[in-house]
Amino acid sequence: MARKTPVRGQMAVLHPMRIRADALPLADRMFNLWTLTALMLAFAAVLIAPAFAQDAAPEKPGVISILLEWTPTLAKGFGFNVLISILSMAIGTAMGVVLGVLQVSPLRPVRSIAWLVTQFFRNSPWLVLLFYCILLIPFQIEVFGTTIPFPGWIKAVLGLSLPVMAYMSEYMRGAILSIPTGQWESAESLGFSRRQIMTDVILPQTVKRVLPSWMNLYAVLTMATPLVSIIGVNDVMALTRAALSAEGRVDLLIPMYLYILSWFFIYCYPISAVTRLLERKYSVKL
Amino acid sequence: MDLLTTLMDWLRPDWFLDLVVVSDDYNRGRYLAGLWMTVKLSVLSIFFSLVVGVLGAAVQGAPSRTLRVLVGAFVAFFRNTPPLVQLYFFYFAIGTVLRITGENGLPQPLVSNFGWAIISLSLFAGALNVEIFRAGVEAVPRSTVEAAEALGYTRLQIYRDIVLPLAVRISLPALGTNLVNLVKTTTLAYAIAVPELLYVSAQIWSEDLNVREMMNVLLVSYVGLVAVLVWVLHRWEKTLRIPGYGE
Repeated sequence: MARKTPVRGQMAVLHPMRIRADALPLADRMFNLWTLTALMLAFAAVLIAPAFAQDAAPEKPGVISILLEWTPTLAKGFGFNVLISILSMAIGTAMGVVLGVLQVSPLRPVRSIAWLVTQFFRNSPWLVLLFYCILLIPFQIEVFGTTIPFPGWIKAVLGLSLPVMAYMSEYMRGAILSIPTGQWESAESLGFSRRQIMTDVILPQTVKRVLPSWMNLYAVLTMATPLVSIIGVNDVMALTRAALSAEGRVDLLIPMYLYILSWFFIYCYPISAVTRLLERKYSVKL
Repeated sequence: MDLLTTLMDWLRPDWFLDLVVVSDDYNRGRYLAGLWMTVKLSVLSIFFSLVVGVLGAAVQGAPSRTLRVLVGAFVAFFRNTPPLVQLYFFYFAIGTVLRITGENGLPQPLVSNFGWAIISLSLFAGALNVEIFRAGVEAVPRSTVEAAEALGYTRLQIYRDIVLPLAVRISLPALGTNLVNLVKTTTLAYAIAVPELLYVSAQIWSEDLNVREMMNVLLVSYVGLVAVLVWVLHRWEKTLRIPGYGE
């Protein structure tokens, strides 16, 4: 051995075997009693510490009571975020599945165009796409004499659904290609047309494979919804900042932002936990 | 017919020279400064996120349970909260508290908005990198580690010379996706007025009222930046490849 380091201990063989505990399952490591306690303690400490400082000036209300006072307003804002995420997810998924199927089309031009569209939207920043939709879609359109208004939040939904579409398209392409060719051939020999094979044989089988990525994508999308506050939609982030400027207190800043962060954490954590569970479950079966 | 004129407009050979960011000296300077700022932001955050990732993954393999749980909590928190809110939290909440008295006697922020953008983006991407590297470390065969132990390597040596080189190769594809995402996420710095590409473009289009043109320039710029990064990662993957290892 070229390395100069001496072997530790003269009689390595006689050392008792080092017994290492098995690696903890991921879910246990990430979320157990200790993590929970640590998180809760940190959260409580941050909430309580400024409240103690307030004792000297009793005429001001405590931080916790202010947070509770704003909770209904913020909850409405958060509900709006959830609504935006669900709508974008629905639109994006529908468009993404179609685009994904086009990506495996037997026609070469269709395939390349679908690939180009997917790559383009997958590689441009979410915020830029949002700006694109907000600024370039007219605020109302006229169809057959009737005026259809396009408020900002609908444009935001469209803007968020574009990257979702691109990611979904990639997942679908991967899932469709991962179905064994035997499925195609046996369906063909049973006299199915290509369209029938796609809708009746291949797509139902891709659901299971796409599900974990799809759920992960939903969590990512939900975490992207505060972006709409930048372009002037009154979501939870905009309301939080309005609440902060209405209160105008420096000691409220950290608790308030942590409060909003924990809202998102509580909403998104179960989704990613279930995603990991599904990933593990399906990876064993493969 | 309208479409045809637009198409012909695009096919004109000199449309490129008509772009504001090419023809106008002032706007070109601003655009290039914005591009440079985005590149700086991306490179620095990529570097620090890799540092966070490697350190975090090393700690997650450590025997101390407390350390592992702490890193696990950090990863879970940063993965499951919106990056924009994290950025606001750092810049508006912590940045407001962290102030020092400047030379003129007025309180001044300790860290600039550029600094907070890098800290926030590095921690966000770093948390994901921890997970990616940890998966890579776990994928290194146990027998390899045991063989190194039998040869008398210390824990640090095993991590540095055996596990990390193999784990990096295993985790490169996932790492690439995450770093591409990080470059796209640098646009968030717009929200705290860091003069990066998006911010500068917004300035240009609100002065010159050429939203459509700047939007297209912006999209093409980002796709170009990402393409450069993907190319670099691809080259890196190729040079690191060990013949006969992996696919």
